[in-house]
Amino acid sequence: MPANRFNGQTDFGIGIGLRVPHYQHILERRPVVDWFEIISENYMLDGGRPLAILDRILEQYRVVQHGVSMYFGSAEPLNREHLRRLKALVKRTKTPWLTDHLCWGSVDGRYTHDLLPMPYTFEAAEITARKVREARDFLEVPIAVENVSSYAEFHISEMTEWEFLNEVVEGADCGILLDVNNIYVSSQNHGFDPYDYLNGVPAERVAQIHIAGHSKFEKYILDTHDHPVLDPVWKLYEHAIRRVGPTATLLEWDDRIPSFDEVHAEARKAEQFIGIPVVVSQ
Amino acid sequence: MTNLLEFQRRVAGAVMSPLNRSISAEANQLVKPNDRLTSTERLNIYHRQYWYRILDSFNEDFPGLCSILGERAFERLSRAYLADCPSQSFTLRNLGSRLATWLTEHPEFAGQHFALAIDMIRLEWAHIDAFDSAERKALGPEDLLELGPELRLALQPYVRLLALRYPVDDLRVQLNQHLNEHGAASNAVSRPARRHIVRRFARLKPQPIFLAVHRVDFTVYYRRLDADEFRLLESFGEGQSIGQALDSALAGTEFEPAELQQKIQTWFANWAQLGWLSSRPS
Ligand SMILES: [Fe+2]
Repeated sequence: MPANRFNGQTDFGIGIGLRVPHYQHILERRPVVDWFEIISENYMLDGGRPLAILDRILEQYRVVQHGVSMYFGSAEPLNREHLRRLKALVKRTKTPWLTDHLCWGSVDGRYTHDLLPMPYTFEAAEITARKVREARDFLEVPIAVENVSSYAEFHISEMTEWEFLNEVVEGADCGILLDVNNIYVSSQNHGFDPYDYLNGVPAERVAQIHIAGHSKFEKYILDTHDHPVLDPVWKLYEHAIRRVGPTATLLEWDDRIPSFDEVHAEARKAEQFIGIPVVVSQ
Repeated sequence: MTNLLEFQRRVAGAVMSPLNRSISAEANQLVKPNDRLTSTERLNIYHRQYWYRILDSFNEDFPGLCSILGERAFERLSRAYLADCPSQSFTLRNLGSRLATWLTEHPEFAGQHFALAIDMIRLEWAHIDAFDSAERKALGPEDLLELGPELRLALQPYVRLLALRYPVDDLRVQLNQHLNEHGAASNAVSRPARRHIVRRFARLKPQPIFLAVHRVDFTVYYRRLDADEFRLLESFGEGQSIGQALDSALAGTEFEPAELQQKIQTWFANWAQLGWLSSRPS
């Protein structure tokens, strides 16, 4: 499903995250990149250098917005100031779709600045779906929610993570940003089969895919985005492409960031999978 | 109240609680253990992550304050402040917005360096504000020819005016040079060098200064102002007309009339060149 209504009927290829250490290289050398993903919060400002650089990037590249603090899964209502600033940025970037995480992170107006895992309950799914719809109606742009990596599971959960994802996206009628690295990290931390997860995702709703590197510790795996993509994650990615079809894919590299060329080369490894035949599943 | 809200209050309460507090009771009730980690160990991953993230961000924002207090006292202050004033914004940029007020209520965290610390906090917070605040259309030299006494001017939102008791601007610039030479991360600064800077801070004598924190080509600068110049700009910022501002701000001037006339012309010329003034939105 290259183009669908969840990614604004676009057919983007392989992108990378726009990060400060690469600004100069990109502006001076103008590398050929299918598209950049920006962290919306870094540009939800009134002025200054970040916005000036973004404007120069927008003159030459396609940009998709990815957020980290909408907290669709927080029980409290959406933050109006946040939405207002986000909408101004959406107008600036003309992002064809917009993503944020299927998680929570604030309560009573206090922010953890983390992507905390949801309790997988029907009540939580309903609240989350409602907030996704509200955000989409206000922002007037398709929204896709991303599965997060997690280190804890809760007693009150009533279903698996992928069942919860289904509940939310069906209820909200929204897209999915499928992070295959996050599926792998969580599968190792919680002891489920990542292929069960992948096969349980509604393929027709996948708007975009994330790939990334992680770090293995003795007793758990941490989603660090500071490494090349590991082999089992490439295998999951291949499986995802077989199920979903060639889909806009983005490599996340957020820490210990190497040169632009190194990050771009790592991302372009995904090209070998993008052309593989789609298996019509189930 | 929803079950989700109740649940999230409990999880966030544990995650955001002081680092040395045990969260075992909440963890056991809320989080499932697995075959490698107990409930507490799993929730602790989030507890630690929360504190590392906000302490890191806070550290980056206030290196000058850290140098004044020394690392240990700075860490004590950071933990106490962030426990009292957790983030209320979707962006970590605003983490330090309440620091000056909080320290005034808790002067014991700065000990004998209280007044110096407050000045440095005001400078470092103004720096953050000046970096990404809005820029309005500036009045240029040609616009100044038409200014009448009735006109009301506005200061650019990115210009911050500070009346300080200590020349902390010089110290902050020195520290910046030092950090640039030895790596931006504060822990990369060698300990003897840091002690040297700290001693220099501790010896600093009071010397009232008037300062504008502003930006040129997206870089933040500190500019010393004459006392009269400072008061005049402040009056414009408060919405006084040019005539009112000249009367009130310059009532106690030490300059002779002819000299003052000359000064005023120079100030206006400088402000026009820097683009600090704009017309007041009606
Ligand atoms: Fe991701």
